Amino acid sequence: MIIKTPDILTRQFIATGNQVVFMGSFFRNIFRSGFEWNELIRQSYLVGYKSISLVGITGFVLGFVLTLQSEPTMKEFGAVSYVPSMVAISVIREIGPVIIALICAGKVASGIGAELGSMKVSEQIDAMEVSGANPIQYLVVTRILACTLMIPLLTLMADGLALLGGFVASNINNSMTFGMYFNKAFSSLAFSDLFPAVIKTIFFGFAIGFVGCYKGYNSDRGTESVGLAANSAVVSASLWIILLDAIAVQLTSVFAYN
Amino acid sequence: MDTINPDTSISPGTAAPKDDAVIRISNLNKSFGDKKVLIDLSMHLNKGENLVVLGKSGSGKSVAIKCMVGLLTQESGSLKVHGSEVKDLNEEELKQLRIRVGFLFQSGALFDSMTVEENLEFPLTRVLQLKDRDDIRNRIEEMLESVGLLDAINKMPSDLSGGMRKRIGLARTLILKPEIMLYDEPTTGLDPITSGEISELVLEMQKKYKTSSVIITHDIACAEVTADRLLVLDEGTFVAEGTFEQLKNGPDKLVRSFFK
Repeated sequence: MIIKTPDILTRQFIATGNQVVFMGSFFRNIFRSGFEWNELIRQSYLVGYKSISLVGITGFVLGFVLTLQSEPTMKEFGAVSYVPSMVAISVIREIGPVIIALICAGKVASGIGAELGSMKVSEQIDAMEVSGANPIQYLVVTRILACTLMIPLLTLMADGLALLGGFVASNINNSMTFGMYFNKAFSSLAFSDLFPAVIKTIFFGFAIGFVGCYKGYNSDRGTESVGLAANSAVVSASLWIILLDAIAVQLTSVFAYN
Repeated sequence: MDTINPDTSISPGTAAPKDDAVIRISNLNKSFGDKKVLIDLSMHLNKGENLVVLGKSGSGKSVAIKCMVGLLTQESGSLKVHGSEVKDLNEEELKQLRIRVGFLFQSGALFDSMTVEENLEFPLTRVLQLKDRDDIRNRIEEMLESVGLLDAINKMPSDLSGGMRKRIGLARTLILKPEIMLYDEPTTGLDPITSGEISELVLEMQKKYKTSSVIITHDIACAEVTADRLLVLDEGTFVAEGTFEQLKNGPDKLVRSFFK
């Protein structure tokens, strides 16, 4: 008896296989001669510098709101002085990396997906390939590396601004000096809080770049597919961030906090 | 030149190629899912020749030339360019072959995040690995002058008309001095005057750079200007072969319908 594999399973296997092949070609092309330094700098500028305002405002508001929301409850327990520590730990360990990665998935992964998708539709990627140039090296390697480098930096910046937002919020109802607030915030932090958080943002950045490039580079032909590539890049990248975070939390609790 | 009338008993495309044929295709088959796009396709391109492939939309013309540069791979049959079986080439060999075979896309396919100068610089620095800025600039200016668009050197593709994009696309392809040129519908979407100019330019470039060309088109005016020999493709297979005059006056209804 022949057991027919459901179409959805077959499609999923093929998609997974294609992603593995795509990732393989990314790693192969990193170490090829003729690395596109100028394009890496340009992409880092687009991913990093162009996201500063969005990420910065998000980070500041995050700390500000977290402080305002938690202060009344902490007051009931007579623990207002612990608010800076609580904000610092929650933002740096968890909320900062995840929220900033999700924001970047929306902004960066969709942008990369749409850009490469439209290049595919207008045959620009084919044109690069038939001219003898290497489109993976020029388009994919640079974008993935730019995301992998820039997302951690953006997250660190957002973490700093979140603490600043927390300080501003603390001073609405209470009075706390800048020095005391940051002293309290940093005294509660250990290396084991910062290091795993930065490491996981590297993986978040890689996932954002990889998913954006994969979806755009493999979009079907037709203008509709450009929108689909952008949309599915955001959905897949967000899903990957959540999954990677769950794995990172488990690994961190086993290795870092014990 | 060997030509075959549509009413002869020899199948179109299967006439014996000359010894110096640069592309030889025999019994090529290509499908997408259940749809057979190319069926036992056979043809050759002689050195220095302009071969026009006529066919209506969806007849498999673009698929055929994409197979010639390895953008698509055939299911069966043989496709040799400069004596090398394209599907058997490794990545590096394919890259070397592609330097010798230029491809002009239907839309021009200019890189829209780059200026015209950067578009032309791209293959020079990435493929020929040129470093000398003066040499690069001279080559770009010379090529833009050949296509009559030196003034557009600092423009973005979005600032160019359809005809200008085709000219710049042609310049970017020819800057690597390919021996074979493949044109995918070079005059599609252009007004008759610009179409005529592009057809003349194709002919002029062929004479100047001594290329052998395959021109895919359904524009009969373009075919008349550029063709040394024509092949008519229908439903994935060649149905007629000959010179422009032979096909125009031939008995086949489908073939004659192109000339109306």
